[in-house]
Amino acid sequence: MLAMNYRGPKRVRIDNKQLPEILHPQDAIVRVTRSCICGSDLHLYNGSVPDTRVGMTFGHEFTGVVEQIGSQVQKIKVGDKVLVPFNIACGKCVFCQQELYGNCHESNPEATAVGGIYGYSHTAGGYNGGQAEYVRVPYADVGPSVIPDWMHPDDAVLMTDVVPTGYQAAEMGGIRKGDTVVVFGAGPIGIMAARCAWLFGARRVIVIDYVDYRLDFARKYAPCEAYDFRSLEDPVVFIKRTTDWMGADVCIDAVGAEAAGSALQTLLGRKLLLQGGSATALHWAINAVKKGGIVSIVGVYGPIDTLIPIGNVVSKGLTLRGNQASVKRLLPRLIEHVRTGVLNPKALITHHVPLEEVSDAYRIFSDKLDGCIKTVLIPPSSRN
Amino acid sequence: MAQPKIDPTQVPGWGVDADPKNDPTYPMKRRNDGEHAGYSWDRPTQQPATVEILHSNERPNLSAVFGTASPPVALSGMIRRLAFKYSESSYAHWLPLMLADRINEVEGVVHDLSQGRVPNFFAERGGKAQWKHSPDRMLGRLLIGAFVVSAAVGYFTAPKSEEDLDQMEDDSSRSVTSRCPRNVHHAVAHFQE
Repeated sequence: MLAMNYRGPKRVRIDNKQLPEILHPQDAIVRVTRSCICGSDLHLYNGSVPDTRVGMTFGHEFTGVVEQIGSQVQKIKVGDKVLVPFNIACGKCVFCQQELYGNCHESNPEATAVGGIYGYSHTAGGYNGGQAEYVRVPYADVGPSVIPDWMHPDDAVLMTDVVPTGYQAAEMGGIRKGDTVVVFGAGPIGIMAARCAWLFGARRVIVIDYVDYRLDFARKYAPCEAYDFRSLEDPVVFIKRTTDWMGADVCIDAVGAEAAGSALQTLLGRKLLLQGGSATALHWAINAVKKGGIVSIVGVYGPIDTLIPIGNVVSKGLTLRGNQASVKRLLPRLIEHVRTGVLNPKALITHHVPLEEVSDAYRIFSDKLDGCIKTVLIPPSSRN
Repeated sequence: MAQPKIDPTQVPGWGVDADPKNDPTYPMKRRNDGEHAGYSWDRPTQQPATVEILHSNERPNLSAVFGTASPPVALSGMIRRLAFKYSESSYAHWLPLMLADRINEVEGVVHDLSQGRVPNFFAERGGKAQWKHSPDRMLGRLLIGAFVVSAAVGYFTAPKSEEDLDQMEDDSSRSVTSRCPRNVHHAVAHFQE
């Protein structure tokens, strides 16, 4: 089968790889119909996630058709069209039982801090991902959801990560009616977080980034105010000033390890890889939120230490909340939002690219070329 | 500078999920305190380990399922095995893994060559897309790269100046000072006079 093949930082290609096999009685094999490139894939692409081994296939946002099921699978059947949450969850451990499906204890032997994630290095379990024609799906009775007949395939694939992560970013902010919410990052997750902040009753939503076309997109899609931090003398001072010197009620870090805006953070986190990423957005979030406010973190960082002003967290009495989105928990509500038209995920997709052109697709997404917001890879069997 | 304010009530879905109970810790999880019973739940069937799987020393076993994407190999594999002797809380775990990743990249190139395949770095790095959509940036990167390489080659291969060559000749005739720093050399020469 055709599959993306990681060869080293900024080097990926399409190769013929062996078909995946059933390795566990609760496995399914899914023929991929769509898979996305996620902003967090760029951390792998740039070589900043430890234990990202050559030969891996990335891709944790995908939909497909069930081709084969293991002997213990009962809830899905061959031929079902499914969307597959990016987290691999057993449904039985105490964390899954508490609906913390992003923190499963039976899906990743290689690190206890993170549950299993498709195509996200051996630090997240060593699973090949969905940027391929076929993929192995463990715990097939727990994760995959049958796609409703009425749902557009492009909406479905964004329900595997982008929509739940953006929604949970807003949810973790504990937004109250009347709150001012600042979202750092105008990538797909940040834009979705801004959109969802309204659902929780925000009075004002502001997005901060530096990529003009993405700021324009956020203004129209969310809708929201959106500012280029390069045009602000200091984004923290700007947010203080525009909130009558109080600070935002809620700040959301939707950037993570690849943040621009600070030479020191860029040097330590992106060039020298001496910390778990460039934490510029998180630094600003902590300093721009009000005293007693909440900082919600969905931006992905590496596992090693990262430079943030933790003293200010204490002194300001902040609450930091972060997690991998619990996709399975959120799906029923989010599917309803798509059905009623409250959310329109597919509008985020700017590029449909043949799977065979995965190298170029990564470059376009990574370098923010051609007005790219969100890229979907389409395998040959799904293009007709 | 300031942009017009948006009337929230005109945004589709405004407030539909507002939940006054959404204080920190709710609804992130449906608390049942199951952790208090320890690692005692009815575990899923264990996946057999058909390839080498490294596991964190912060857990006693392999998780019930796991990926088998790229088992540890060669020198990078040896380093990874060493790294897994240390906990996720230790730099001795993560930094060797980063080193192993870089070595693994070289191993990948060697493996390609051993299979009779020359890696197409231009294509793998998405060069076609970059050239199509951002030729200026690509040329800039090429120029910077060429400058750095030229500077490095020039630094290491350029002939010494005439003065330095004379100095080296003098140094070679005075073996006692031949490896001394320049200022020490002068001091010794003065003493000899």
